[in-house]
Amino acid sequence: MSDHAPVTDWVHDFDHTDPRWTENPFPIWEELRATSPVVHTERFLGCYLPTTYEAVKQISYDTEHFSSRRIIVRDMRPETIPAPPITSDPPEHKPAKQLLLPPFTPDAVKKLEPRVRAICNELIDEFIEDEGCDVAARYAKHIPVRTIAHMLGIPESDSDLFINWIHEILELGIKDQAVLSKAVQELGLYFVGHIEHRKKHPTDDLISTLMNARYKNGQPLSDAHVQGSLRLLLIAGIDTTWSAIGASLWHLAKTPADRERLVAEPELLPSAVEEFLRAYSPVTMAREVMKETVISGCPVRPGNMVLLSFPAANRDPAVFPDADKVVIDRKQNPHAAFGLGIHRCVGSNLARMEMTVAIEEWLKRIPQFRLDPAGKVTWSEGTVRGPRQLPVLFGKSS
Amino acid sequence: MSGKLKVHVDQDKCQGHARCKSLAPELFELDRFGNAHEIGDGTVPAGLEDKAWLAQANCPEIAIEVTEE
Repeated sequence: MSDHAPVTDWVHDFDHTDPRWTENPFPIWEELRATSPVVHTERFLGCYLPTTYEAVKQISYDTEHFSSRRIIVRDMRPETIPAPPITSDPPEHKPAKQLLLPPFTPDAVKKLEPRVRAICNELIDEFIEDEGCDVAARYAKHIPVRTIAHMLGIPESDSDLFINWIHEILELGIKDQAVLSKAVQELGLYFVGHIEHRKKHPTDDLISTLMNARYKNGQPLSDAHVQGSLRLLLIAGIDTTWSAIGASLWHLAKTPADRERLVAEPELLPSAVEEFLRAYSPVTMAREVMKETVISGCPVRPGNMVLLSFPAANRDPAVFPDADKVVIDRKQNPHAAFGLGIHRCVGSNLARMEMTVAIEEWLKRIPQFRLDPAGKVTWSEGTVRGPRQLPVLFGKSS
Repeated sequence: MSGKLKVHVDQDKCQGHARCKSLAPELFELDRFGNAHEIGDGTVPAGLEDKAWLAQANCPEIAIEVTEE
């Protein structure tokens, strides 16, 4: 595992795994955006960072010069790990994505809402009698993993296994190839078992849906494709939404005015959820530069990665007035938290539903809570940003 | 503000964020892939003009056209 030297020059040597970025990236993005719409670092074997909404958008739309075959910026460039459609480029992308879309429409995810509401309340039951809890570790963390397990038809009790693999793939795996390879292999084997079982005992869950899916020409998906898509659903659907729920409740814990307003005016919840998604967007993707081009006036060369920071785009004051302010009834909010262009997050409707239900149920049962002054809030590193420790106390401060 | 409004979703741009459907369910519907389409011929009934503009302003793909007849 290689430790990185601390950053002293963000403009020419940025590093999204630096502890200062993890703790509070917003002033860093502001400094970089004021300097250039695209900056570069020699770290990670060469990587660009678009800092404006416009530059992020241009790159997202440009599948000719930028490939999705690698979507995480790491110290090394290991063999690509297919997880279609997120790692697919045109023309393979569209058919792979269309297979996944129907189970994730707003109407389809609405059917899961009662289970999500029950999960939230089961979790709250475990700590409501205490004087406080760690919101990240005891609440936010468990909602997405149990929901996706429920959808896939795998045991919710395997949740800790998934959370561990994801931590190894998305966080530790940025700097340690051995940890990354081992986690990918274990996760693959896990799904092979479930796929094989369903060949003899078909079910009506999402794994069977994928196994039974057919391309337009009638061809079934290969086992490898099914495995890759399952890998995607599991990895993409868990600590992303965990982070979004955690960051929303972190905001409400430290902002009594917004919390009281949401309790009094629950009809504001949809716009508040969009604003939390904008201001605390959890997901930063990546692209690999395939051909030389120019983005917002800056030359971009092949061989480099691009850190595609939707979170930084969403703080661009050129698009969002008062971009650094959280305005829970913001009227105009075309944020890019779920990406832009063909790779729009397939699970966005599921994530929104989980966030809405998780905040709603929490506020119903714990309308008053605040950050624990004796505790420390910590944030995850790298690709997905959200609170991993979030100690709060229940009730009014005395 | 005398003319009638019409909305239209550009199918080449829509990526299924579904913000329009959430903000203006009277004007937009989703297909089985979750992509949005205007309801009927897109004519905005009187009183829903603000929702048409709101949907347009919140589409991240700038896929919604609002025209005044």
